[in-house]
Amino acid sequence: MNKKNKLALTGGAAAAEALKQIEPEVMPIYPITPQTPIIETYAGFQANGEVDTEIIKVESEHSAMSAAIGASAAGARTATATSSQGLALMHEMLYIASGMRLPILMLVSARALAAPINIHGDHSDVMGCRDSGWIQIFCENGQEVYDKTIIGMRLAEKVKLPVMVIMDGFNTSHSVENLEILETKIVKEFVGRFEAINSLLDTDNPVSYGPVALQNSYFEFRIDEEEAMEKAFEEYQKIAKEFEKISGRKYEFFEKYQTEDAEKILVLTGSASGTSKVVIDKLRESGEKVGLLKIGLFRPFPHKEIAEALKNAKEIIVLDRAQSIGTNPPFYSEILNSFVGTGRDLSVPINKKIKSYIYGLGGRDIFQKQIEDVILGKHKGKYIK
Amino acid sequence: MKYHKDIFEVIFFARGGQGAKTTAEILAQSALFENKFVQAFPSFGPERSGAPTKTYLRISDSEIRTHEPVVDPDLVVVLDDTLLDSQEVAFNLDKNEFLIINTQMPEHKVREKMMERGGNFSGKIYPVDASGISMKIIGAPRPNTVILGKFVKVSGIVKLESVIEEFREIFEKKIGKEACDKNILAIEKAYDTI
Repeated sequence: MNKKNKLALTGGAAAAEALKQIEPEVMPIYPITPQTPIIETYAGFQANGEVDTEIIKVESEHSAMSAAIGASAAGARTATATSSQGLALMHEMLYIASGMRLPILMLVSARALAAPINIHGDHSDVMGCRDSGWIQIFCENGQEVYDKTIIGMRLAEKVKLPVMVIMDGFNTSHSVENLEILETKIVKEFVGRFEAINSLLDTDNPVSYGPVALQNSYFEFRIDEEEAMEKAFEEYQKIAKEFEKISGRKYEFFEKYQTEDAEKILVLTGSASGTSKVVIDKLRESGEKVGLLKIGLFRPFPHKEIAEALKNAKEIIVLDRAQSIGTNPPFYSEILNSFVGTGRDLSVPINKKIKSYIYGLGGRDIFQKQIEDVILGKHKGKYIK
Repeated sequence: MKYHKDIFEVIFFARGGQGAKTTAEILAQSALFENKFVQAFPSFGPERSGAPTKTYLRISDSEIRTHEPVVDPDLVVVLDDTLLDSQEVAFNLDKNEFLIINTQMPEHKVREKMMERGGNFSGKIYPVDASGISMKIIGAPRPNTVILGKFVKVSGIVKLESVIEEFREIFEKKIGKEACDKNILAIEKAYDTI
């Protein structure tokens, strides 16, 4: 076998591998579980002289994002990584990165938020910044982390918005799984050279980033940002198609698994979607018409396409790994929106059962048996604990 | 009937710091070397030195999609026999499945100990004095390395040559050729120990 391209690595190491091939010019880093293996591995590459990246060791995540903003505005290809409290601490700067339209790539090993303190996986942290103007892409396993890191870098630079590539903390970031990597030369060609526009260091053409924009212009900036986000749909598709050509691996807004004739469709993302596919196969064998829709691109959210993909199902079961305390959980809200919020004729009844469940908070394991019970309607209550 | 029919599943019981994760990862790399699909991950608790840990390993000829912890193993490896006092190590282990344990106790003693905790495992138990072999050959307690040999012998899921090759690849640079050779000798010794 060609051992060079086939590896068994953790999701965190897979992210570092993709970053190594992209070789960002600047990486401001600050450690936090369960993201640390990413930056630790990358710092190792840099120390060994395998990459020529300026690593900036900062004193907090707020500073990490601030440094990333500075580097990106200066015109450097920039990446970083974080988790949980770190992402929460960055929150203020996230809006500045997206508002300045800076193509920063950030790996997030998604983890629960305190209090109480918990270092394990769920999607609370990334859901907390779903309105921050960042493109958000979820991954099922290490292979997707590798692939979507490469896709994400290009997408960020194409639409001039920052991109978050999200893996499940521990379940993905710390699990060793098979990984096929591309040749570095191919990845480098794919992402291309980063040509900064409006670099702060271009003193012949001085520009200013993030100045005051008051009543007469702030509104327009926000609309521009929304339009850039809209544009990400098309660009994501184009870039993913090109990526398929070099890798043979296909990525769409979401993955449809056995949905064609499915009467019941499970909607979820992350590592639990792999677990669920096994359940779908098992139920299919016993004649149940069930399928699965795995969310990949979460911001922007492809409402229209999702409504289309789910239109023939009688029952839709949405699994969230986060709450939105005080209202419906995030995925469930988006699925409901897909049916009512996209210019649909509201006088026609939706005629579907749409159920919501929450699982896996704070790293609680989810088992095939539980997913099976949920699909078969045997599970009681909205929490899968 | 087992849930993951095509997947060989293992649980390692150990204590924090005993290197069960490394053992699982070496086996994963060895299986990868044989073109298999693998998955290795620890039970994600706060790892403290000396606290009981669980590590999972899956090996298959086809893609492994599930990410649930191993609930119905084909093989259980216990790296520290004092765990028998607090852990139900043979949970869901059937009579045609195996248990490997690092211990100086003979098989019947291990079984008695398991029965004391209410276990009723009737499958084969393979005791191996991995710590003893390790002290004798390597000169340091590395039962997690030594047990690789026994694992290969009992499971037949990967070849001894693959494990040795991977071990060399991962460790020769880190610990030097001499120490690496000793470790490999100890692995072979555990493989040959009946």
